[in-house]
Amino acid sequence: MVTFLIRRILLIIPTLWVIATVTFFMMRLAPGGPFRAEREIPAAARAQLMHSYGLDRPLGQQYLSFLGHAVTLDFGVSYKYPGRQVREIIFEAFPVSLELGAWALLVAVLVGVPIGVLAAVRRNTWIDFSAMGLALAGVSIPNFVLGPVLVLALSLTLFMFPPALWQGPASRVLPVLTLSATYLAYIARLTRAGMLDVLRQDFIRTARAKGLSEATVVLKHGLRLGFLPVVSYLGPAAARIIMGSIVVETIFAVPGLGRYLVNAAFNRDYTLVLGSVLFYSLFLIVLNLLVDVAYTKLDPRVEMK
Amino acid sequence: MSIGIAPPITVAMPEPRAGVSLWSDAWKRLRRNRAAVIAAWFLIVVAVISFAAPWIPGLGDPTVQNLKLGATPPSAAHWFGTDDLGRDIFARVVYGGRISLLVGIVATLVSLLIGVSYGATAGYLGGKWDLFLMRIVDILDSLPYIFLVILLLVFFSKSLLMLFIALGLVQWLTMARIVRGQVLSLKNQTFVEAARALGASDRSIIFRHLVPNTLGPVIVYTTLTVPAVILQEAFLSFLGLGVQPPAASWGTLVSDGARVIALFPWLVIFPGVALSLTLLCFNFLGDGLRDALDPSERKEGV
Repeated sequence: MVTFLIRRILLIIPTLWVIATVTFFMMRLAPGGPFRAEREIPAAARAQLMHSYGLDRPLGQQYLSFLGHAVTLDFGVSYKYPGRQVREIIFEAFPVSLELGAWALLVAVLVGVPIGVLAAVRRNTWIDFSAMGLALAGVSIPNFVLGPVLVLALSLTLFMFPPALWQGPASRVLPVLTLSATYLAYIARLTRAGMLDVLRQDFIRTARAKGLSEATVVLKHGLRLGFLPVVSYLGPAAARIIMGSIVVETIFAVPGLGRYLVNAAFNRDYTLVLGSVLFYSLFLIVLNLLVDVAYTKLDPRVEMK
Repeated sequence: MSIGIAPPITVAMPEPRAGVSLWSDAWKRLRRNRAAVIAAWFLIVVAVISFAAPWIPGLGDPTVQNLKLGATPPSAAHWFGTDDLGRDIFARVVYGGRISLLVGIVATLVSLLIGVSYGATAGYLGGKWDLFLMRIVDILDSLPYIFLVILLLVFFSKSLLMLFIALGLVQWLTMARIVRGQVLSLKNQTFVEAARALGASDRSIIFRHLVPNTLGPVIVYTTLTVPAVILQEAFLSFLGLGVQPPAASWGTLVSDGARVIALFPWLVIFPGVALSLTLLCFNFLGDGLRDALDPSERKEGV
């Protein structure tokens, strides 16, 4: 267990280094640059700008200095938001994305799992069919279609929630709902499949034979194993929620890191792109590690190797 | 009791049965799955209409503007209505499907090509090579590749070719894993040994003997990759990174429509429904194929 953790933690370093290097050179080798925007800047002024950001130094030197600073989470100053540290922007925007993603994942699990259990227990009844039909639709409707439709229905027609921005609890409903729908549907399907698998097994029959109530059998004995596929899905789900949150943040004008990242890429804001990509990557890798640890805790058959 | 020669058995032997191959068996099972059949027909119709679009009489040019007309709700003349530039939405959805499907299919083929060769090679070579090759896949898989795709598209070019490459490049990892697993379990079987004894080269063993035997799972995963790629293309187009105007995919149409949804909701609804239904049908078909090709692995619901 300990060696496993150490090895996994050590693997984080080369992974981040690969990401940093690929991103760095991809940006520098691409045509265009941060100060070639809409209007032409006088050559002298641009040279001055390039100099003040250290962009006139040899590429190798820039790369080494970037790596040296990145280790301490210092990514320098943003080009697009002058005078603002990239770190500062990340620490301000990431909690917003985190909150959005965490709510979405929470809603997906808290609603998806009961639906899946119910569908499995009431297998081949109308409850099962309608739940799974809805789930398949949920998996197939992209969030950037669902988002505008929800805005149209709940916000512009029924005036229940604000259509955009991130101020107050009511404004969180639509973005969270939009982001969670796909995962909710998929988790419901996973839970149903997992439960059907488990409820067939001998120890469930034993539990029933002991005279335990159906609720105890299903929820205590069944769900513990039936929940496993959901746990192993949470890692990839979190990764995809980040991708989804880029869209949701764009639709609802949520000031999260995803929106900053996309805008930074469009603006060639080198430092902000590098900073947010590395930060997101670190977050994802740690998250996946935590999921693996949680998995072994839940299922004693899985060994850490 | 006399012992004589037993009379010839006259019990009618059952008619010799034609052998049932995996494929004809799977085909039979697939045809019984009503959802999968309907999905397949829907996809065929969508594909035929999309690809035949330029030759369909009466279907207007999706880029022709009619500023005098402006945005109108669905009517007899314009089934899906028109957008603010007076362009016919039906024509735009049909031509959008052309691009969405094309991207989905080509990028999937790219991932198929890379994934199958890579996975088969890793599985066949085994040992250190396998460990090394699959470790690369692990590392690539842990990358937040969507950022790299975004960066690739922003920094280099937003061309269709780049889109094919970027999407194909991120999709081959799972395919490589699946094929490797299959090859690992197949490579010690006697038919491989027989091929080797006959002097077949490694390359021909991999591509002529092993790969064809992995087709079942590969077909299933391919069917599920196409909608994933279509979805990703739509996602990128939604961010303004995918197909560039005047060409439009379903993702671009939804993105354009979302900006004016309060005024002209049909601009989102029709392309959104076309996209969602297509994805739904691919998922149904993929599920059906998996159940048909691999009944033992049949997973209910997922």
